[in-house]
Amino acid sequence: MSASPKKFVYGIFNDDEVVLNAISSLRKKGLKVKDVISPFPIHGLDHELGLERTRISICAFIYGMTGMSLALLMIYYMNIFDWPMDIGGKPSYAFYKNLPAFIPVTFESTVLCAAHGMVITFLLRSKLLPGVEPNVIHPRMADDHFVMAIQIKDDSEIANVEAQLKSAGAVEFINK
Amino acid sequence: MHKESELRPPLILGDKTWHDITEDVCRPVESKANKWWWLAFSVSSAALLWWVISVSYTLGTGLGVWGLNKTVGWAWDITNFVWWVGIGHAGTLISAILLLFRQKWRLSINRSAEAMTIFAVICAATFIVSHMGRPWVGYWPLPLPNQFGSLWVNFNSPLVWDVFAISTYFSVSLVFWYTGLIPDFAVIRDRAKTKMSKRIYTILSFGWVGSAKNWQRFEEVSLVLAGISTPLVLSVHSVVSMDFATSVVPGWHTTIFPPYFVAGAIFSGFAMVQTLLIIVRKVLSLEDYITIYHIDMMNRVILITGSIVGVAYITEFFIAWYSGVEYEQYAFINRATGPYWWAYWSMMTCNVITPQLYWSSKLRENIFATFIISIFVNVGMWFERFVIIVTSLHRDYIPSSWAMYHPTWVEAGIFIGSLGLFFTCFLLFARVFPVIAMSELKTIIKSSSEGGKKKAAKHSNNPESHA
Repeated sequence: MSASPKKFVYGIFNDDEVVLNAISSLRKKGLKVKDVISPFPIHGLDHELGLERTRISICAFIYGMTGMSLALLMIYYMNIFDWPMDIGGKPSYAFYKNLPAFIPVTFESTVLCAAHGMVITFLLRSKLLPGVEPNVIHPRMADDHFVMAIQIKDDSEIANVEAQLKSAGAVEFINK
Repeated sequence: MHKESELRPPLILGDKTWHDITEDVCRPVESKANKWWWLAFSVSSAALLWWVISVSYTLGTGLGVWGLNKTVGWAWDITNFVWWVGIGHAGTLISAILLLFRQKWRLSINRSAEAMTIFAVICAATFIVSHMGRPWVGYWPLPLPNQFGSLWVNFNSPLVWDVFAISTYFSVSLVFWYTGLIPDFAVIRDRAKTKMSKRIYTILSFGWVGSAKNWQRFEEVSLVLAGISTPLVLSVHSVVSMDFATSVVPGWHTTIFPPYFVAGAIFSGFAMVQTLLIIVRKVLSLEDYITIYHIDMMNRVILITGSIVGVAYITEFFIAWYSGVEYEQYAFINRATGPYWWAYWSMMTCNVITPQLYWSSKLRENIFATFIISIFVNVGMWFERFVIIVTSLHRDYIPSSWAMYHPTWVEAGIFIGSLGLFFTCFLLFARVFPVIAMSELKTIIKSSSEGGKKKAAKHSNNPESHA
């Protein structure tokens, strides 16, 4: 366990293309570019930072399949196994014969579980919940400024990192 | 970077920066309401009060206070329910289907259209609850273990499908809407001046900071939600139509109903979006974001779906004749020439003739004409549901049981009251929530705004930049 907390120098940029192009050039110079915080999604940023593809859509698929199976199981149990009914001369005695009439509820349940499961996973995985205190590095980072986080070992690196960031187009620096 | 042809009209007028978008969208949230807002809010809350009185009277006394009778067992309640659910469909179409089709013009209007969806479905749900008469047993259509032996709900029944469809639709739309709101709440949070608003928007924004991983997941979640909301929205009105289509009532027993209802839903939904946004863009000074081009695009959707609805009306009539079933034929002749002829011809005028005016680009780009036509479409679509429900029921197989339906003040109160509920919710939304999806709109400022396009044109005309 590392005792000291991680230290960062934050370079503030005011253009999405500048910050996107700065990542690889700064990394070539040996800087540890850890993250970019932006007010809107930047196309190609995850690729540039080397982030892995998110698996959240796989989760959604699994939740959807779960929802579908649960719905089919529930309908089978209630309408076929436990209490089959004959309504309007249309008996529910065989599951496969009634399946077309069971599709709407099965479909809705699939969508319900996929959507809610995925969003709950997204919120928990990204640590987004009501009451979470955000780490606001720059007051305009959700408005029109972009924050690049560079990890450093100790304070002696700050001057060098700031110079590098400046040459890459950063307009402001914050170190915490 | 994404490039867009200069020939395409800009989606944001003027030379806007990202910060301008933030300022323009946050202004209504951060400033005090003007007297027009208070006036509108007072009128709609007064209507809402009428709703409370009418619904309380209905629940306290019983459904006998409505104008229903033995022959006409469904009337304004289900008319209003279908009307409101239909209106809701435009929001999901804009945010989900237009996202899949990569239509960037959706970005200025999706937030308020989705809000409209949520409020419209709430209004629809109030009719379901009030028409039950005994809402305290409203859990009966749910598949719950109960004391009545092991009697379960019937999954073959379209009414049970509807319970699942509407509740799924509502909750998924709500989640889709809220997910998009999180980054925008963070913008308001970081700008908040008072402690109180800082606290509220910190809670609402769930601690969002917009790191690269968050955005990556956010975009994937939006895309997948759009992908599953698309069949969902189409299924919802199909299921609503099956409440009628799977019955054996002449005039309802029609296989064309699902696509015809879905087209009608989008038609009326877009009309309501137009009605609301024409006012919103003016009152909140958002004319640079919700432009004439956006209005034109929505009018084109109204033209297409209105034409589908027109074709469906004529097809229904033709099939009634072609089927050779005299009951079916009578149901349709009675619609057009019976005692409710005025409802039928109002519907035909508003829904078949009015949208055809939009072949003229002058009318499509005229704000005043759009506003008037959108009201006509809303009225026409209300009459469509009234015609389908009441005229099919009021003269059934035995002439001795033929009856007329007349609404009472209670039903009128619930209807006007539901409009009050809708507008009260929407007015509150316009004051506290960002009415434009800021963080999404910011992504197109370089490629699709007027200023961005000019810069890009200058850039490509400059030979040095190609070096």
